[in-house]
Amino acid sequence: MPRSRAPLFLARAVYRRRRLRDAARLLPLVGVVLMVLPALWSGPPGQEGATQSGAGSDAVFIFAVWFLLIGGAALLAPALADPERTADPDQAESGD
Amino acid sequence: MPFNLLVLFCLLYVIALFLVAWLVERRASRGVMGFLRSPLVYTLSLSIYCTAWTFYGAVGYAARSGIEFLTIYLGPTLVFVGWWWLLRKLVRIGRQQRVTSIADLLSSRYGKSNLLGVLVTVIAVVASTPYIALQLQSVTLSFAVFASETPSGWALPDRNATAIWVAGGLALFTILFGTRKLDAKEQHHGIVMAIAVEAVVKLVALLAVGAFVVWGLAEGPLAVIEKISAVDSPGWQVQPGRWAGLIFIAAAAVISLPRMFQVLVVENVEESHLARASWAFPLYLCLMSLFILPIAVIGMERYPQANPDMLVLTLPLSEGQGALAMLVFLGGFSSATSMVIVETIALATMLSNHLLMPLWLRFKPGALTGDLRRGVLLARRFSIIGVLALGLAYFRLSGGSAALAAIGLIAFAGMAQALPVLLGGIFWRGATKTGAVAGLVTGFAVWAYTLFLPSFGQGAVIPAHVFAGGAFGLPWLRPQGLFGTQGMDPLVHSIFWSLVLNTAAFCAGSIFSFPDPVERVQGAAFVNAFDGEVQAERLGWSQGQAEPEALLILAQRILGEEALSFFEAGARAQGKDGYLPDITPAFLADLERRLAGSVGAATAHAMISQLFGQATVTVEDLMAVATEAAQIMEYSTRLEQNQEELTRTARQLREANEKLTQLSVQKDAFLGQISHELRTPMTSIRAFSEILSEGDLPPQMVADYGHILHDEAVRLTRLLDDLLDLSVLENGTVQLNLGLSHLGRMLDRAEAAASQTRPERAFRIEREGVEEIFLHTDADRLVQVFINLISNARKYCDAEAAVLKIRLRQKGGRVIADFIDNGSGIAKEAQGLIFEKFARLTDQRRAGGAGLGLAICREIMANLGGSIGYLPGQKGAAFRVTLPLRLEAAKG
Amino acid sequence: MTGRVLLIEDEQNIAEAIRFLLSRDGFEVEVQRDGVAGLQAARAAPPGLVILDLMLPGLSGIEILTALRADPRTERLPVMMLTAKGQGRDREAAEAAGVSVFMSKPFANAEMRAQVRALMGM
Repeated sequence: MPRSRAPLFLARAVYRRRRLRDAARLLPLVGVVLMVLPALWSGPPGQEGATQSGAGSDAVFIFAVWFLLIGGAALLAPALADPERTADPDQAESGD
Repeated sequence: MPFNLLVLFCLLYVIALFLVAWLVERRASRGVMGFLRSPLVYTLSLSIYCTAWTFYGAVGYAARSGIEFLTIYLGPTLVFVGWWWLLRKLVRIGRQQRVTSIADLLSSRYGKSNLLGVLVTVIAVVASTPYIALQLQSVTLSFAVFASETPSGWALPDRNATAIWVAGGLALFTILFGTRKLDAKEQHHGIVMAIAVEAVVKLVALLAVGAFVVWGLAEGPLAVIEKISAVDSPGWQVQPGRWAGLIFIAAAAVISLPRMFQVLVVENVEESHLARASWAFPLYLCLMSLFILPIAVIGMERYPQANPDMLVLTLPLSEGQGALAMLVFLGGFSSATSMVIVETIALATMLSNHLLMPLWLRFKPGALTGDLRRGVLLARRFSIIGVLALGLAYFRLSGGSAALAAIGLIAFAGMAQALPVLLGGIFWRGATKTGAVAGLVTGFAVWAYTLFLPSFGQGAVIPAHVFAGGAFGLPWLRPQGLFGTQGMDPLVHSIFWSLVLNTAAFCAGSIFSFPDPVERVQGAAFVNAFDGEVQAERLGWSQGQAEPEALLILAQRILGEEALSFFEAGARAQGKDGYLPDITPAFLADLERRLAGSVGAATAHAMISQLFGQATVTVEDLMAVATEAAQIMEYSTRLEQNQEELTRTARQLREANEKLTQLSVQKDAFLGQISHELRTPMTSIRAFSEILSEGDLPPQMVADYGHILHDEAVRLTRLLDDLLDLSVLENGTVQLNLGLSHLGRMLDRAEAAASQTRPERAFRIEREGVEEIFLHTDADRLVQVFINLISNARKYCDAEAAVLKIRLRQKGGRVIADFIDNGSGIAKEAQGLIFEKFARLTDQRRAGGAGLGLAICREIMANLGGSIGYLPGQKGAAFRVTLPLRLEAAKG
Repeated sequence: MTGRVLLIEDEQNIAEAIRFLLSRDGFEVEVQRDGVAGLQAARAAPPGLVILDLMLPGLSGIEILTALRADPRTERLPVMMLTAKGQGRDREAAEAAGVSVFMSKPFANAEMRAQVRALMGM
């Protein structure tokens, strides 16, 4: 029956949009964790293995994370920006 | 490359930038924006984050400390990727409140307190001055690098002279494009576009050098990575404390640096642009950083003696790549100039809005009657020169010694002091002004004591014994070891203590103080920025003390032409015709925000207070603020919206009803008036024809009386013509004769025809604006309107030396012609009536018309797709005629 | 047997016609075109008859009439009122204010002259 399906679909759209926002909120947290990692790899100075900085691999790792974040944000941004315009009713409730 | 050629290139580049800015400003003033304000341009303009410090200094930083330099770009990346948390709200608030700077945002949030604005302004100026000096230094340094390479040995051109030239040029550019107009919203399209162009130059230059290094000098990326890994330098060790601290401080800086706030929030034209920038700006940063390490490593390997801060430039120069070096030079030049320009504008806005304007208003209370716009612009121009002069002075005093990176980080840490107050302001309703002031003062003091002043060197400002033993001989007050902390990196030490103490003072101050009503209302508006626009209007001005016309005059002094359209829109929103809305609290709040867009929240608030006394906060306002539950808020929001709509409809109904009553009265009056207008000439005709028919008059009298008969007959005919004309126009059955006509020549025709009205009178017509326009319209009808307006002025303008000013303008696809005389104007009660039939205001100077002229004009303009209206607030009587450039014949 | 007539009328041509007709009948006619000046003239030297237009600049005909009736020197002065509006309401207002004769424009010359003669007691 078409009448009962319409609201179901609507609820799902709203649900999706909310999870999308959750993802957008999580993304920087993931970024923080990944970007602090290199600081934890290097032991305190003077310890064995500290002579070689290993900066090359660190740099490669950071740039990889960087591109990952950019890609993630690029995927999320259009979907987030769109419903913004068509001011949806649940804005107030979920708006921080 | 010869030095002269370099200077020439430099000049050409600057001229090109001028051209770009100028063209964009011109297009913007015509309302043609198109791609000029796209997400792309927005993203590129954000790149002023990358100053000369990034461009030259990053390589030096990398050469000294390895991958640590990346933190400066990782911080902003995290902030932008997480735009949904903070930036979205910041931009929304910035647009809602028409914020002009970060100082304005904080002052507005904390009860429109100017004290806070002053405080943030001072911090910003202190923190930014060395940073501006740094940019000047990098430009002079790069000139010097080129100069030393020239065979003729052009001994280093005087560095100070170079710096002065650069600073002067920047001041000129900034004043030209930064203070051309006092916009309703403080936006500078020309400058933003120039910065976007510079952003591209920077990126291309750095990528080009990187590609040259990786594929030209080394054997591809893999080999480079190996070399990077092999570097064995103690500085290259990642220090966890610094790593995290720097990411944090960079993240804070990208929000709170004055120039970043300017492009991020103030210059934002559309919120959706932020979504695009959320990934595009990190991408830009990532690309900028991509080749820094390779350049540093390969450069150091080949030229171990070179100054690492200038490696980007010396590398291609030494390799004989003249063109590449030129590109790099322009890139560095771009980074420095764009930063200085925007920083200067941001600081100048703060200085003029929070220091100069309030002082001016205080010491010259009569200032409200002067031309404010020129005053504000002047204040801003002086501020620009002042800020640049300060930077220049710092540059000359410091001798430009310290490594580039150090100065940048000091500035970052200084501006970061605004962060706790900013975050608290938009997420915590309990934050108060007292707390904000306490936090800012504490943070600023700690920052100055632990980082800024020590940066001048031991013994320079702070004596050496204080470094060792602490202030007042108290060991726990050592500048680089507060409270006995040992072995901390001085930068991390300063960031840690300044922000911890800042936040502590802020929270404590907020908890133990009580906000005043304005603060609470603003706090609610900021924290609940996404609950719709309603809260922002809660701050009520007490109603009814204000004459709309006085308000309009004030607004015109600040907004200029904008003011009229703003008032018109306000009137329309209330369902009223004309230019003068009712002065409701909502309208006043709206107007205040609009003014704040030009002069800052605190000043705008003070100005309106000066006119209307204190703002009042009603019980409902306070209840709304006190209600913490979001659902209740939302519910009442909806109710208010409904109620607002009801009020509007009711008002429209009431006005319609009034109009109907008036119309029925008018209908009676109309019949009486027609009767009167017909009977008066009839009386003369009947009396004289009877006299003449008696037949025993002297010939001279017969001639005289015959003449009177003729005149009266003509008058009757004209009246009937007018009535007929009006009825045809009103029914819309008029035949329009469309064609192309020259505006200036139509006015000439009208002037000539109208000169027969009261020809004995001294009367001058001044025309200004664009006359060279061809209109597609019915020329005869339009001229008829012009004749009417001109002869009305000739008839009714009561000035000793009557002057009629005709102002012509083109705006979008419409032409606006204002007819303004210097008489005493039309009384407010009568302004609504003059376009009605037979609405001659006084019979004192009846000059033959029956009072149908303006009624006919109104109908003609409606038929020509335009309008005519009375323009209030212009001293004399003023009429505005608006019509489309092209009237299509399709009208039925 | 001459009498003085004060004519307060802002329409120049109508005033001229009345002036011509009445001076031919031997009256001395003073013409005022403005309500305020007209009232002053009537008070300064009360004439034998005042002819008033209803719609005048400055003061309206009714206002002048009311002022004349309130002043002991002029309260018994005969006043003829002319109007081009010709609406019943105006006549009622004029009669309430104490007009002697009310005439609509346009009028027949003969009738106007007869009314003037009657009011001047001839």
